[in-house]
Amino acid sequence: MIGYIDKIREVALKLLNEEKVDMVIGYRQGSLPMMTEPCFVKRPEDVETLIWDSNCRINLAAYLMDRKEKIGIIAKGCDSRNIINHLVENKIKREQLVIIGAPCKGMIDNKAIALQFGQDIDEYQETEDQITVKGGGTEKTFQKVDVLQENCAICNHRNPVVYDELAGDLVEEQTDIDRYEDIRKIEAMDIDEKWNFFEDMLSTCIRCYACRNACPLCYCPTCFVDESKPQWVGKSNDPNDTRTFHFLRAFHCAGRCTDCGACERACPMDIPVRLFTKKLGKDCLDLYGWEAGLDPEQRPPLDTFKPDDPNVGMK
Amino acid sequence: MEYMGIDRDRLHFSWVSSAEASKFITVVKEVTASVKALGPATKFVKDRRQVS
Ligand code: SF4
Ligand code: SF4
Ligand code: SF4
Repeated sequence: MIGYIDKIREVALKLLNEEKVDMVIGYRQGSLPMMTEPCFVKRPEDVETLIWDSNCRINLAAYLMDRKEKIGIIAKGCDSRNIINHLVENKIKREQLVIIGAPCKGMIDNKAIALQFGQDIDEYQETEDQITVKGGGTEKTFQKVDVLQENCAICNHRNPVVYDELAGDLVEEQTDIDRYEDIRKIEAMDIDEKWNFFEDMLSTCIRCYACRNACPLCYCPTCFVDESKPQWVGKSNDPNDTRTFHFLRAFHCAGRCTDCGACERACPMDIPVRLFTKKLGKDCLDLYGWEAGLDPEQRPPLDTFKPDDPNVGMK
Repeated sequence: MEYMGIDRDRLHFSWVSSAEASKFITVVKEVTASVKALGPATKFVKDRRQVS
């Protein structure tokens, strides 16, 4: 996977030189090791700033909404599914896009690595299977499978679903994974345990909305939490307001969330917000056999009616 | 809602056409009875003084 960069730069250069696109959206090195930033390359001489490694966690589909230019974009499995969401929701047109697919073997959890390393990390290297970090005079090597982000470890769509170019060979999809073990655990709790579980989980939320801002689905011009006429939810970090924000956001993402993990990664307080969106993902799968972002021609379950739709809880 | 700890009997969904007066009555009776049986809500309650 690490070798994709040559191909990515080659394709980006070609697209820009031939003026097939106005810009290429990709990743560049961030200010610290193991951090990348989204970048918008508009000039052929800047393609060298593009990078690719197991730290390209950000979901680039979040930068596509309502753009008018022609855009080249690098897409992992999850990004490509969010691009399909945008196509279905008319946020961008397919003919505006040249999708450079990056078959993905998972992104790594930099916070977990930093915690296990216990030192400031000054240098980072990776091979196909191993991650090595250096700092404070020591170094440590991790097996990549041991430090994958949780959502990547359980990802079942690593290959881009839609693409025009490929940065590397398609990878084998993971099939022997249990995507919903954590959700089933919560479902099995009794009603008070559930309430207390989320009360505790959300107790450190500072309502910074980083989770919302990182999410490619959260593109409303005015989010319901920001509206004041009417004010749907209090602005404080009162536990009721915080909970309202989280579960309503999850409902807004129902049938659309690709479990890309961008929300969780953005959270400064390490709150596992995917426990809300994943529950609705599981329900969509169980009730409608639906997984988001797999087919631009299919309407999502929440905007279609079928006479045999399950009437859960309806009297 | 149940997933996050709200009693299933506090939340009801129904589809009642304007021609279905008797169904409406039945539904309202069921809703009030099941909510009354649970007693006053203790979760998701915000004191009026805290409303900001
Ligand atoms: S969710 Fe899947 S496609 Fe997305 S980064 Fe993780 S492994 Fe790759
Ligand atoms: S809710 Fe989170 S996991 Fe789902 S699409 Fe948005 S950022 Fe990705
Ligand atoms: S990013 Fe984290 S702290 Fe900020 S609003 Fe979301 S869950 Fe709360």
